[in-house]
Amino acid sequence: MFIKQLTAAVTALALTAGAGWAAGAGYVENFDFSFEGPFGTYDQNQLQRGLQVYTQVCSACHGLKFVPLRTLADEGGPNLPEDQVRAYAEQNYEIFDADLDDFRPRTPVDHFPESGLEAAPDLSLMAKARAGFHGPYGTGLNQLFKGMGGAEYIASLLTGYTGEEKEEAGTFLYENTAFPGGWIAMAPPLYGDDVEYADGHEATIEHLSEDVAAFLMWTAEPKMMARKQAGFTGVIFLTVLSVLLYLTNKRIWASAKGKGRKDA
Amino acid sequence: MAGIPHDHYEPTSTSEKWLHRRLPIVGLMYDTIMLPTPKNLNWMWIWGIVLTFCLMMQIITGIVLVMHYTPHVDLAFASVEHIMRNVNGGYMLRYMHANGASLFFLAVYFHIFRGLYYGSYKAPREVTWIIGMLIYVLMMATVFMGYVLPWGQMSFWGATVITGLFGAIPLIGEGLQTWLLGGPAVDNATLTRFFSLHYLLPFVTLGLVVVHIWAFHTTGNNNPTGVEVRRTSKAEAEKDTLPFWPYFVMKDLFALAVIMVVFFAVVGFMPNYLGHPDNYIEANALVTPAHIVPEWYLLPFYAILRAFTSDVWLVIGVEFITGGIIDAKFFGVLAMFAAIIVMALAPWLDTSSVRSGRYRPMFKWWFAFLVLDFIFLMWLGAMPAEEPYASLSLIGAAYWFAYFLVILPLLGVIEKPLPQPATIEEDYDAHYASKTGGTKTLVNPAE
Repeated sequence: MFIKQLTAAVTALALTAGAGWAAGAGYVENFDFSFEGPFGTYDQNQLQRGLQVYTQVCSACHGLKFVPLRTLADEGGPNLPEDQVRAYAEQNYEIFDADLDDFRPRTPVDHFPESGLEAAPDLSLMAKARAGFHGPYGTGLNQLFKGMGGAEYIASLLTGYTGEEKEEAGTFLYENTAFPGGWIAMAPPLYGDDVEYADGHEATIEHLSEDVAAFLMWTAEPKMMARKQAGFTGVIFLTVLSVLLYLTNKRIWASAKGKGRKDA
Repeated sequence: MAGIPHDHYEPTSTSEKWLHRRLPIVGLMYDTIMLPTPKNLNWMWIWGIVLTFCLMMQIITGIVLVMHYTPHVDLAFASVEHIMRNVNGGYMLRYMHANGASLFFLAVYFHIFRGLYYGSYKAPREVTWIIGMLIYVLMMATVFMGYVLPWGQMSFWGATVITGLFGAIPLIGEGLQTWLLGGPAVDNATLTRFFSLHYLLPFVTLGLVVVHIWAFHTTGNNNPTGVEVRRTSKAEAEKDTLPFWPYFVMKDLFALAVIMVVFFAVVGFMPNYLGHPDNYIEANALVTPAHIVPEWYLLPFYAILRAFTSDVWLVIGVEFITGGIIDAKFFGVLAMFAAIIVMALAPWLDTSSVRSGRYRPMFKWWFAFLVLDFIFLMWLGAMPAEEPYASLSLIGAAYWFAYFLVILPLLGVIEKPLPQPATIEEDYDAHYASKTGGTKTLVNPAE
């Protein structure tokens, strides 16, 4: 009885789950980012290009309120020279200073501004707040092999516009193959050649999307490179320790184990 | 410690004697560390050390995190980001603490299922078992409150759902929920009290861990055969045991080091794998996440909670009999707590005179199903509350209760156990004789 019920349930599950998980979630392409895997590192030039895209396009509506401007000079990040960071902060963003009772240009110790539009979410942590990959069947194995897919989700979203749009209750919605549900309120932000890269990199929508996705991965996880290094140090050190402890343990137990054999 | 006869600490120098007469602390430490331990313990006996290590790691990383964290609804999320970005090594501290909770629960589940298989809960170790269950419940309370502290979306909505369970209790529920939350909804008062308790409970746990260790040092360890250490004389006891130091300390440390390699790989290379992305969105009372799911280690009990929906005939029956006092929601809450209570009652529900599952041919299979059932429930807990998952959860929950309430009591009566070795020494020698190609006749084909 029990077994029969179980088989019936498992069969039903196999039939429905596949369909259930396919619907709803958007399609996220598995982009090849430089920071993936245990050995992956940020591409400094890509982060700088991504910063440019963010500044000239995204920052019109979105903010990065958790990111201090000074971290643009950090190693393992965009690694800009400090004078460039100062110039970048002053030229691009203002902040209201209560002491002056007036606006002043931002300095490296200030953060990036918050989102200017209420409907536009802050992007500081977006690359960690979205998972591009799920399943299969709720097991999370895809994330184990492909990574969480936050940056992939952002890049897929930016390249995922089909060009279709519709009006619903007074707001325009744009069809997007990566967005869950298929229709997103954000108008297509990139058209190609939105920025002019200083390094001569071609500014196609794909390149722009990948660069800004990589930049947002860095804003979400600025210490990733240091963290991986700490992970390696830990793994290597503890592996050596494990070997030493294995040998010690074997030596200690040798007499106790040998005795068992002798008695027999 | 009482129980197994062994050498005790003898102070030799004048200063040692001076201290020993006033406070026998060195003797206590000596007896604890030199505890005679069954020499046939296998690799499933390493989890105790791993758990002790986890508790210490969580307390130490936690204390440092508190130095930089701000328990306030407007500042908590930002203060966690401050830790991740500005505090020296803060990202490692936080990721170790967050993933440390996962390691803690992984270890406790191995530890509990080890106990269930080898009958470690049976007389005379019932008190050790009960204290262990209390520790487990405390761990769940602690981890739940800790998850609220980063004040992300899943923190907020998890807190809303779980405290809502207390609201399901008839008559006092609503008042109890308000009292727990410090207000009508999850807000600053909730965050501050959860912070306070999240700091307190690990120290209560630490106290219980000491009692847990005290209890099994009094009875002696169980072992894979379930056969007791011979205690009639010291010479006999020494044939069955080896001192904890250095034999088991080194063995456990080796195992711990291997586990830490994996742990550091997770922390270093995939620290967010076990977390939920929604918790990187700041808490917002106006936006409900699509799926509210607890962390993986709470999922089996979450699945049991959700299994008893209002269309289950048992729930309908109970609701009818109690005149609506126990509705589906309250039934689910009772089921969730009962799932842990039946486990805690295992010492009295298991009627078999044989302790170790190794010599129980039928029990082995039912136990294997229990482990599968637990993993099955864990998976179901992460699934949306819809068919077929609801029915499957019901089957999973039913087996969980059936195992403890029906199978364990019945097996003791109908099962014919296999012959057990007379002594631990016999089992140990047989094991190493077979490994080294010796000629000893095997009394029991151990595993």
